[in-house]
Amino acid sequence: MDVVPQNIADKPFPGEVHPTAGGGILVTKLDEVINWARSNSLWPLVFGTSCCAIEMMSTAAAKYDWSRFGFEVARATPRQADVIIIAGTIVNKMAPVLKRLYDQMADPKYVIAMGACATSGGPFFYNTYSVVKGADHVIPVDVYVAGCPPRPEALLHALIALQKKIRGGVS
Amino acid sequence: MNKEELKLRLEELSPPASFEEGAEWTTAIVDPAGWEGFARHLRSDAGLEFDYLFCVTAVDWRTYMTMVYHLTSTIHRHIMVVKVKLDRDRPEIPTVSHIWRTAEFHEREAFDLFGVVFSEHPDLRRLFMTDEWKGWPLRKDYEDPVNMIKL
Repeated sequence: MDVVPQNIADKPFPGEVHPTAGGGILVTKLDEVINWARSNSLWPLVFGTSCCAIEMMSTAAAKYDWSRFGFEVARATPRQADVIIIAGTIVNKMAPVLKRLYDQMADPKYVIAMGACATSGGPFFYNTYSVVKGADHVIPVDVYVAGCPPRPEALLHALIALQKKIRGGVS
Repeated sequence: MNKEELKLRLEELSPPASFEEGAEWTTAIVDPAGWEGFARHLRSDAGLEFDYLFCVTAVDWRTYMTMVYHLTSTIHRHIMVVKVKLDRDRPEIPTVSHIWRTAEFHEREAFDLFGVVFSEHPDLRRLFMTDEWKGWPLRKDYEDPVNMIKL
């Protein structure tokens, strides 16, 4: 996270409000306001290829409730999604499907590689003929999450890290 | 029928099967040549009526191969296992897809990943792997220098 200018990424809202009589004047940059708006309403794609998807569903459900951070509107079509969480193993046969889904998403779009399989092939790195050794061979990845599968807290942390990246104008 | 009753009943069939002891279910061992006739008896003989083939497995033992068929009867609620030993260099066995329709896909899978040839199978093609794939990925000696990283 060194590349993210902390002063922008950590602020709840970019810019300064100068109070005047009856209201105030906001001094900011349009790009930063747009990034701030985007970061607070990231719609994930409904996509999961194995057990990480179970943890992802748990993160979405009542106990961890990722809607607290603006991720509640999971979309079943890539045309309406902002972020794809690669939750599970990507096999050679799935790779072109993942590429197509990513291509069908409208810009700006973000990618989270959730768990060991999506990061590197994980437990299927050695002695297997069918698994892609990391989803970043297929599409670019913004945030990687370690774990097999990662706990919901780890996924939430990744989502918040992605928000910081977006607010910082890095991604 | 319980395990012992099933074994006694199966001993009346021809061709005769031998039995493996100590397993959870009655386990019969037959030759590839006798398997189809044996299967027909299991499917339709009174008292047996194994109408559901719920698992088809291929095993590569390095020196030979085995096909394992798990059968159950939805009428009598009994379960049995049939094992067929195959020559690893020419693994060939008659299909049972005309007896249990579900075997059509299960046998395609065993062909796809182990290279077991099911004679008289109506549609023996690759299932998971691409049509032009070379080799049988789940055999113990399978090598794939392009996709595999050896440990």
